[in-house]
Amino acid sequence: MGVAPVEVERPDTTQETVLDLPWVTIVWNDPINLMSYVTYVFQTVFGYAKPKAEKLMLDVHHKGKAVVSSGAREAMERDAETLHGYGLWATISHDS
Amino acid sequence: MTDSGPEPDEDATLEDLMAGFRRTSGGATARFGAAQAAIIRDLVGQVVELIGGDALEDGPPDAGTLDDGAAGPDDLAAMIGLTEDAELPSDPVLARLLPDAYRDDPEASGEFRRYTEQGLRSGKAAAARTVLATLPPKGGRVRLSRPEAQAWLRALNDVRLALGTRLEVADDFDQQVARMSPDDPRAAYVGVYQWLAFLQETLVLALSR
Repeated sequence: MGVAPVEVERPDTTQETVLDLPWVTIVWNDPINLMSYVTYVFQTVFGYAKPKAEKLMLDVHHKGKAVVSSGAREAMERDAETLHGYGLWATISHDS
Repeated sequence: MTDSGPEPDEDATLEDLMAGFRRTSGGATARFGAAQAAIIRDLVGQVVELIGGDALEDGPPDAGTLDDGAAGPDDLAAMIGLTEDAELPSDPVLARLLPDAYRDDPEASGEFRRYTEQGLRSGKAAAARTVLATLPPKGGRVRLSRPEAQAWLRALNDVRLALGTRLEVADDFDQQVARMSPDDPRAAYVGVYQWLAFLQETLVLALSR
């Protein structure tokens, strides 16, 4: 690491990564919501095609949770608010 | 909603009443017996009460409380949609209907709740009111537009979340039911819970594209 010019030419990826690090909306498994309903909500809220909505629903069901959207914090808060309106158990977190 | 009023339904068979919803060109339709209608209306009404809405009121909750000229800070907060007591409710049913948005950050959850909880409550109350407005107290044929059917879907889900939380439904619900003593006060509601799940399932199918 002793050759300074090489370091200078490298793009500053650390800084960019921090800025681009997205927030995510996570939906958690629960024993009450119907699988068909959860799929329907993912299609309706996010406009996902049925296969993608079903895959996410199965991830929630089998893995306990799934990331359903990612982006700016404000957008994720809107998604969580909408999902709460549908009765899904959604939370927001910083992707890491 | 003009065509969803009560109509003679003496010819409804048990099969009709157990069929749930089916798709129509404009939305969805189902037939309910008097007992079924009473159960749904009772449970939906309980959810409205729980979330602090008024089942008979058309406007947003608390809209009429500012007429005495003595509006305090709480009234003002309500008017602009802020929730003052922005904490996860201690009642497990309310906590399930109005959950935290951040898992390990009470401060961020409180802030989120402050700005969203009132809207969430009034959205749920509005969906519930759609059910009460379109389901005749004595049952009969219900014909729903697509927006009305979507409101029914959310309201039925809220009722199931409330009832399921009270019944302490877990992943092994079938085994829970098998172990439940007939004297268990929850036993009477298991059948209702299962029927509502079926009803909701048929409504999802009727609305799915």
